[in-house]
Amino acid sequence: MFSDMELDALREIGNIGAGNAATALSLLLSKRISMEVPRVAIIPFDDVSDIVGGPENLVTGIFMRITGDISGNILIIIPQKNACNLLYYLLKQKPEESYFSAMEESALTEVGNIIASSFVAALSDFAKLSMKITTPSFAYDMAGAILSFPLSLYGYMGDTAFFIETEFAEGIDDINFHFFLIPDDESLKVLLKAIGVSLFD
Amino acid sequence: MIETVRVGMAEYKAARSPVVLISLGLGSCVGVALYDSAKKIGGLAHIMLPDSNLSGRRDFNPGKFADTAIDMLIGDMDKIGADPKRITAKIAGGAQMFQIKSDNSIMQIGKRNVEAVRSKLATLNVKIISEDVEGNYGRTIEFNCETGELKIKTVGHGLKII
Repeated sequence: MFSDMELDALREIGNIGAGNAATALSLLLSKRISMEVPRVAIIPFDDVSDIVGGPENLVTGIFMRITGDISGNILIIIPQKNACNLLYYLLKQKPEESYFSAMEESALTEVGNIIASSFVAALSDFAKLSMKITTPSFAYDMAGAILSFPLSLYGYMGDTAFFIETEFAEGIDDINFHFFLIPDDESLKVLLKAIGVSLFD
Repeated sequence: MIETVRVGMAEYKAARSPVVLISLGLGSCVGVALYDSAKKIGGLAHIMLPDSNLSGRRDFNPGKFADTAIDMLIGDMDKIGADPKRITAKIAGGAQMFQIKSDNSIMQIGKRNVEAVRSKLATLNVKIISEDVEGNYGRTIEFNCETGELKIKTVGHGLKII
């Protein structure tokens, strides 16, 4: 597994990316955004959905894949209620209860895209690695179902989930985002090496 | 009160009636419900991935993969008295939650999971009597070991019993 120093380095990577993402989000919404200290989680697959309210909690998910010198997956989860609050703030119109219109989906996807791009840009800058993200893809469903896709991709590599996670929140309108970076196994080594942390294997 | 037993991602559990086996929020994962109707013994596997040969590690949890989880589940059902020759299957899940433009078939996990489950069950001569698979939405499934019914709940795509 990882040494304490490696875990610290990964947390710091999370911090640099998330800091930049929070700034971008704050500029986009013209709002004060608070950010949780990112954590590096190594937990059973089945426990991941508890972070976002349990496997059957209704959430929106925005998925992007990272390609380039390192690869991995980014998933941004916005619980349904918070997604509605965000849309009301952005579009000044309350969404329907049961579904999102194409316009609303597109707005949520674009916010996700901005968060992910800012995160990846900061990371790429810091580690001097080239990375790109794919076109974002949107889903609205049970949290367990949405998480299953990136978790399964990681499942080829390990028996437990491994990810860097943080939360962005805005208090007044109750807007809240969960950010997951799930790097591919090999990429972790590349990433740690790029920032000068040696590996004890 | 009927006991409900939760089967999480990459887990498999066998049980004797009266028990309801449930898996919450299946996305690309496939739920394989196996049943010996004469003995009222059921089993549920919550499969994440198609093929253990693609595992990056030699030492892995067999519950993750279609080819290994189904063998393990049938073994456990056998141990509590099921006759493997009598076992039938119902399967659900295998959705593509995100529409991703990619030539890489690894991105189509749901579809590949369903194919892998079908081919593993065929190899073992286990008949699939009903299924509710693929699509782009999540499913919660409840498998009743008393009746052999598999209840499928969705968000916005109705409720089904297969």
